[in-house]
Amino acid sequence: MKTYTNPIYLYTRPADLSGSPRHWPVIVAGAGPVGLTAAIDLAQRGIDVLVLDDDNTVSVGSRAICWSKRALEILDRLGCAERIVRKGVEWNVGRIFFRDEQVFDFNLLPESGHHRPAFINLQQYWVEQFLVERLSELSQGELRWQNKVIGITQQTDRVSVRVMTSDGEYTVQADWLIVADGARSPIRGMLGLESEGQVFHDRFLIADIHMKSDFPTERWFWFDPPFHRNQSALLHRQADDVWRIDFQLGWDANPEEEKKHESILPRLKAMLGDKTEFDIEWASVYTFQCRRMRSFRHGHALFAGDAAHLVSPFGARGANSGIQDVDNLVWKLELVLEELAPQSLLDSYDAERTFAADENIRATTRSTDFITPKGQTSRIFRDAVLRLAKRHPFARRLVNAGRLSVPAVLKDSLLNTPDSASFASTTIPGAPAADAPVSGSRGDWLLGYLDQGFTLLAFGTTVPEDAVTALARAPIPVAVVLVGGALAAAGADRIEDRDKLLAARYDAQPGTCYLFRPDEHVCARWRSFDLACVLAAVAHATGQTAAEQEAA
Amino acid sequence: MSEHKTVSSGISTLNTDINIAAPDDFYEELIELHRGLSDEQSALVNAKLILLLANHIGDAAVLREAMRAARADAA
Repeated sequence: MKTYTNPIYLYTRPADLSGSPRHWPVIVAGAGPVGLTAAIDLAQRGIDVLVLDDDNTVSVGSRAICWSKRALEILDRLGCAERIVRKGVEWNVGRIFFRDEQVFDFNLLPESGHHRPAFINLQQYWVEQFLVERLSELSQGELRWQNKVIGITQQTDRVSVRVMTSDGEYTVQADWLIVADGARSPIRGMLGLESEGQVFHDRFLIADIHMKSDFPTERWFWFDPPFHRNQSALLHRQADDVWRIDFQLGWDANPEEEKKHESILPRLKAMLGDKTEFDIEWASVYTFQCRRMRSFRHGHALFAGDAAHLVSPFGARGANSGIQDVDNLVWKLELVLEELAPQSLLDSYDAERTFAADENIRATTRSTDFITPKGQTSRIFRDAVLRLAKRHPFARRLVNAGRLSVPAVLKDSLLNTPDSASFASTTIPGAPAADAPVSGSRGDWLLGYLDQGFTLLAFGTTVPEDAVTALARAPIPVAVVLVGGALAAAGADRIEDRDKLLAARYDAQPGTCYLFRPDEHVCARWRSFDLACVLAAVAHATGQTAAEQEAA
Repeated sequence: MSEHKTVSSGISTLNTDINIAAPDDFYEELIELHRGLSDEQSALVNAKLILLLANHIGDAAVLREAMRAARADAA
């Protein structure tokens, strides 16, 4: 590749090869974006974590390229998003073409007053490299390259992991194993588990090309273009003048032939014109699948990312949802490791993230069905929608070239405390925090004030100082952030709602309080502060009330 | 969601703004409706669907406008 040289991370002989095996609180299998995010989160919380990976470098080829607002917000908490945003390209405009003309365009530009944009495009290898570098700054994280997991034994309270290296085999033990070893997940196979679902009968050529071009930083999607008849095509910009191009090939295409540069070149020349100069950086031929494991928790093994669920790529719902998986998991794991929450809290990881996976599978299946119609009638409807879309607005809403990743609203989660008052906002229990511009001592955005633990956001009210202290000293501490008006209480952060967007987004009145989980999802809200209610909601959100009811 | 457009005289016109609350749900159901049917059976189902919806709409002016819009780029 012209624009990127894969770093080679050195293998070092693990001390475990001689002497007794070490016991870890958590082992992460797989150093992809999901495994690395999990490890950074754990290490940042002061939990020792061992990451095992069978390779010695980051992703070869761009693979995931669109990083969603929510994924960036999570990576902000982990100290990684700024580099991604700086290196990547921001985009908001998408255009849809049918045959030889543009049908319509759309603008993803979200409402103003959010720190992060809807999407940043950046090749997966850059993101992984930044995550590896961030993990290396944290003393609790250890990353072992070319250490291949070859066996798993589950005991009632731990997992034994057999690892192969060039120097021989060894065994390590962990309280918990996070399985993030990708779509083919060898560990899933070792445990005799399956990921069930649907394979789409179509093949896609994905190529990264390097070119200096006047094409704008937009997502262009063609249905049945003149340069690639009866199929679809996609053009999308990445960093360093690298462009992602997808060509739908159909089920009968020969993957080995299509991967060859002499097959790709004429396709690209037809698309870009004879005069455009470019180099092929990487190319691959894919079949898409939508499937998931029935459960993401199996004893002390917790599955995340592509190992747990697989989606077709239309919508950027793969890596982005994997990052949200571990964002959901790690704080729960921390509380369980510290014996502050029952192990059953981890079942809520399964419940919440299988719900999110189903949403992503539904969205990407619909997109794939639109792009690859099954049968004559589906194709006629598809083409009818595209023909109507140019002149009739309703049809544009039916065109589906990917419904782009948005976080799941966990509205039915058992960890939520149901509302006891009425609110007119989308920040319902289960929703991720809506960012807003604020001012205060720790930056200009609300999300920067949400703690790594639970946070109570109190609007225009005074939380008594003894209550702030009680919350800070509770077994599961709650940080307090006061918004405007109120007098500062010792131990509480204070922010101002500088553009009056914060109160609007949360439908806040004086007295309104929101309780956020460590993964920044709302879990309870009230119209006035009550210490007992807050403590009860924390107990509820950490699986303690459910466990008590079961015991009773 | 926008209401069915009416002008002050009370004559309805064809609403071509989105009027379906969950467009992706609707489209999935529409495609699902045809699962397992032959092309000929599907054509018949579509014809019946159009007739049912046309009767529901009733307004001759709206139906005429819809027919014109559908025919517009038939080529």
